[in-house]
Amino acid sequence: MDESRPIFLQIAEQIENDIVDGHVAEDAAIPSINELAAFHRINPATALKGVNRLVEQGLVAKRRGVGMFVVPGARERLIERRRAEFAAEYLRPLIVEAAKLGIGVDELAGMVREERILT
Amino acid sequence: MTTTVVRARGLTKRYGSFTAIDGIDLSLDEGRIYGLLGRNGAGKTTVMQLLTGQIFPNGGELEVFGRPPAEHADVLRRMCFIAEAQRYPEDFTPAHVFRSAPWFFEHWDAAFAERLIADFRLPVKRRIKKLSRGQLSAVGVIVGLASRAPMTFFDEPYLGLDAVARHIFYDRLLEDYAAHPRTVVLSTHLIDEVANLLEHVILIDQGRILLDRDADEVRGSATTVAGARAAVEQFVGERPVIGREGLGGLASVTIDGRLDHAERVRAAELGLELAPVSLQQLIVHLTGAELAESNQKEVVA
Repeated sequence: MDESRPIFLQIAEQIENDIVDGHVAEDAAIPSINELAAFHRINPATALKGVNRLVEQGLVAKRRGVGMFVVPGARERLIERRRAEFAAEYLRPLIVEAAKLGIGVDELAGMVREERILT
Repeated sequence: MTTTVVRARGLTKRYGSFTAIDGIDLSLDEGRIYGLLGRNGAGKTTVMQLLTGQIFPNGGELEVFGRPPAEHADVLRRMCFIAEAQRYPEDFTPAHVFRSAPWFFEHWDAAFAERLIADFRLPVKRRIKKLSRGQLSAVGVIVGLASRAPMTFFDEPYLGLDAVARHIFYDRLLEDYAAHPRTVVLSTHLIDEVANLLEHVILIDQGRILLDRDADEVRGSATTVAGARAAVEQFVGERPVIGREGLGGLASVTIDGRLDHAERVRAAELGLELAPVSLQQLIVHLTGAELAESNQKEVVA
């Protein structure tokens, strides 16, 4: 856990990551509050707060008596949101650092093309 | 929806001319895990003794489960207090302790106690005075957990417990709390170890409450900014500072308040390092007044 941010946000993000990566499929159950609390060694109220954040955003929903499930379409919505945040979260810091090192936009673009990350 | 189980107003406890608890207001909700934190002699144990009716206040109002705790058997019945140095009758063994526990705790779970005895590898037939310090602490921890009292106090419960045993305690506490929600007040110096278990933090210093906030709010509420002195000062500006250190041209300043994304980007642009302040570090900053002052006198290289 990252000390600088509320844990409930990190719990929410972690489940979002699992949804984006496809580790938790749409219509599949996410871990229960008690499972999350025990695994991360955190207070169950904190785990609940994290999951409730996803409920508020309509990404997961409760099925009475069985648990929390990923809402169909959640993955696409998450990806859409992350694309919107991509420039501010990743691109700007990259350009700032590049500028500090005297790397211009064209050179940077060339570096991006050359960098091959196997996925 | 939440029920308040402890309500204190202006609660005061004096010992002669020494004021141990100085008119505190306190309220605890049902079913939450509280951390009661502070330095030695801050007044943590005194607060717990007042709440459990072991001592009488000199002033103020105190209600636990709706009544003053002292001399109210129906209130005391619902509480379990695990003291740092619990005394047991001469010649008692842990087996005696666990056998007599159901007389005091109506929710006592003997099967759970058995499981904890195995977890902690506690020799139940050995006389208590022959137990090691850690084993003695384990007796208290087992009583505190298996009693399932609606309100359980752990006052520095694990003197002498090794890291493995402490983690068993944390895991069992979380598991059992999830299955049987109750109010838990945990007083400890090992703040970083328990920080994530706590839902709410109460920090006491010199008989007063310094901080009374949800753990989630406290987390990330302070940040240390380090780098070239001029850049640090420029970034810090008018923000409230809770700690300041410096060496030659370098400065490290801890500020109170959350940084948003734009501010983090700006710090990076200024070439500053941002480090999160853990709950333990924050408490050192808040309660180490003399320490903080000596750090103000900056070292000139």
